[in-house]
Amino acid sequence: MNLHEYQAKEIFKKYGLPVGEFEVSTKATGIGRAAYDLAPGPYAVKCQVHSGARGKAGGVKVVQTPAEAEAFAAKWLGRRLVTRQSGPHGKPVNKILIERAVKVQKEIYVSCAIDRAKAALVVLASPCGGMSIEEVAKQSPEKIFREEIDLLVGPEAFQGRELAYRLGLEGKQVNAFAKIYTGIVRMFLDNDLSLVEINPLVVTESGALQCLDAKINVDSYALYRHPELAEMDDPTQEDPRVATAVAAGFSYVPLEGTIGCLVNGAGLAMGTMDIIKNMGGTPANFLDVGGTATKDRVKEAFKVILEDPNVRCIMVNIFGGIVRCDMIAEGIKGAVEEIKTKVPVVVRLEGNHAQKGQEILTDCGLNIVPARDLRQAAALAVKTAAAQA
Amino acid sequence: MSILVNSDTRVICQGITGSQGTAHCEQMLAYGTKVVGGVTPGKGGQTHLGLPVFNTVSKAVEETGANATMIMVPPPFAADSILEAIAAEIPLIVCITEGIPVIDMLKVKARLRQSRSVLIGPNCPGILTPDECKIGIMPQEIFLKGKVGIVSRSGTLTYEAVKETTDAGFGQSTCVGIGGDPVQGSSFVDMLKRFEDDPKTEAVVMVGEIGGTAEQDAAHYIRDHMDKPVISYIAGASAPAGQRMGHAGAIISGGGSTAAEKRKVLEECGVTVVDTAADIADGIKKATGWK
Repeated sequence: MNLHEYQAKEIFKKYGLPVGEFEVSTKATGIGRAAYDLAPGPYAVKCQVHSGARGKAGGVKVVQTPAEAEAFAAKWLGRRLVTRQSGPHGKPVNKILIERAVKVQKEIYVSCAIDRAKAALVVLASPCGGMSIEEVAKQSPEKIFREEIDLLVGPEAFQGRELAYRLGLEGKQVNAFAKIYTGIVRMFLDNDLSLVEINPLVVTESGALQCLDAKINVDSYALYRHPELAEMDDPTQEDPRVATAVAAGFSYVPLEGTIGCLVNGAGLAMGTMDIIKNMGGTPANFLDVGGTATKDRVKEAFKVILEDPNVRCIMVNIFGGIVRCDMIAEGIKGAVEEIKTKVPVVVRLEGNHAQKGQEILTDCGLNIVPARDLRQAAALAVKTAAAQA
Repeated sequence: MSILVNSDTRVICQGITGSQGTAHCEQMLAYGTKVVGGVTPGKGGQTHLGLPVFNTVSKAVEETGANATMIMVPPPFAADSILEAIAAEIPLIVCITEGIPVIDMLKVKARLRQSRSVLIGPNCPGILTPDECKIGIMPQEIFLKGKVGIVSRSGTLTYEAVKETTDAGFGQSTCVGIGGDPVQGSSFVDMLKRFEDDPKTEAVVMVGEIGGTAEQDAAHYIRDHMDKPVISYIAGASAPAGQRMGHAGAIISGGGSTAAEKRKVLEECGVTVVDTAADIADGIKKATGWK
């Protein structure tokens, strides 16, 4: 789960990280007033959306006067910001953050994350702040410094100083950085985060350190023990279909194609998309219906898939484990009957009693085409979708 | 032979009295697995499915001589269950539970490094050696005793690989699902080592997916240390960047995590990579010359 910058900065403050004074508003007039409170300018005004690369998309601006700040807010509030990370439809701008702009001597990158290969918690830092760490990793990997955290001991101040010296910081900045280092690691561990990123952490004209941006991702698996973080979720940042699907307990990712996919299991759902594409079709979505494909769940999944007007055909791909395929077939039949869709449905059932399941679907008198195996199902779905276009 | 489990494996189930634990232990028993008991704190002394239930793992091991455990408890208690199994020095721990917070898993990994136990999972379908032992939730009907080792990050996609090898008549030596979470007990490399050393395994199918760089590590291991042919399918060639595809670990972020990047490295290291899950049997034929 992602947090907004302003939410992340509130958490930063609790851990003693240097964050400039800021205000947030849902109204342009609120931003104008906040500018007077924070005066004098110039100010940085920033759209609050769940996406990086906001600056290049025009969603972050430095302005000189409260009137300009208010105009920026009036322009963006209620619109969608499209960045190169946000997807083609962008994210709605419901809040604007305003803070005093600072003069910057130096930009640094700092993050705390999990190194999957080493199964370790690490802090990464680089003097190449302001650009994406993936870019730095490609262009100058020697400029990324790394410290590993011993979970039994927690963050050690000397590791922070070590990084500070390698980053070229000096004097009081060294201890200030060590504090930031221990702060982000504690924050990560206390709140079950999956990422904390400060990009950039800047050295201001006066030589002080300040977190200009703040990004936090929370481990969704751990939200049950952090109700205060769960409350910070902003569902408006998700495609409404995703929100519906998640509420129904599905994993769902909308895509741009014409073949709706209903699959049990995440790996097989990806495998289904891959074979559709391999055969010349385009998947309309990723959807993992989860372990039990009962009639009600299949019906709910059909509803989610059919919300997408581009869907010309649905491919159901169920590899039954312990659940019997004839039961699943009855469920699919019932769902198609109740939902009364005209969109053709190709069904591949595998596992226990698959033969019987196929028979049920063959003679059902509905717009359902049973398939023998994965390859045939994908071929049929691609052909059917093309014929409907 | 086989890897990790065989007809001598004696299994307990942590969470045996829950609905999932019950249903799957019944299937495991029906397959002929030596399930010798279970653990549910507070229910020690009871009998469930005709098996003794214990309050603690150490007691269960002492009484039954178990050398493997299957963990089927809800996510908030799963890490604790793994730590208990490590403390009881059980050689093989298989954790099926999905949804364990990643920080809990980092702590588990730190403890595992100080122990001799092997952890498979979490968020995995388990492990199965045909006609000998099943631990987990895989549909047993699709298996056939044979010569292909299978290792996979997925659940149902693993079954697809099993079906491919069964339909082609090659069968499986052992099939292991290592799980779809970012932090796993065992890696591809850990399993490839075992398959390379197992005389019954003649070829290995590795089913990977987008996210992380475990497939690249596997590729380098295969190039440097393996003689047996490896066939691979990497799911998610059609997945968009930055979106989590169901599994917590299946997300394209950072260098090397796309299907195309993984495929390139695998092919450079001599692995036969196929386009779709329906091409796995053809890939095996191509890599081995089998008919």
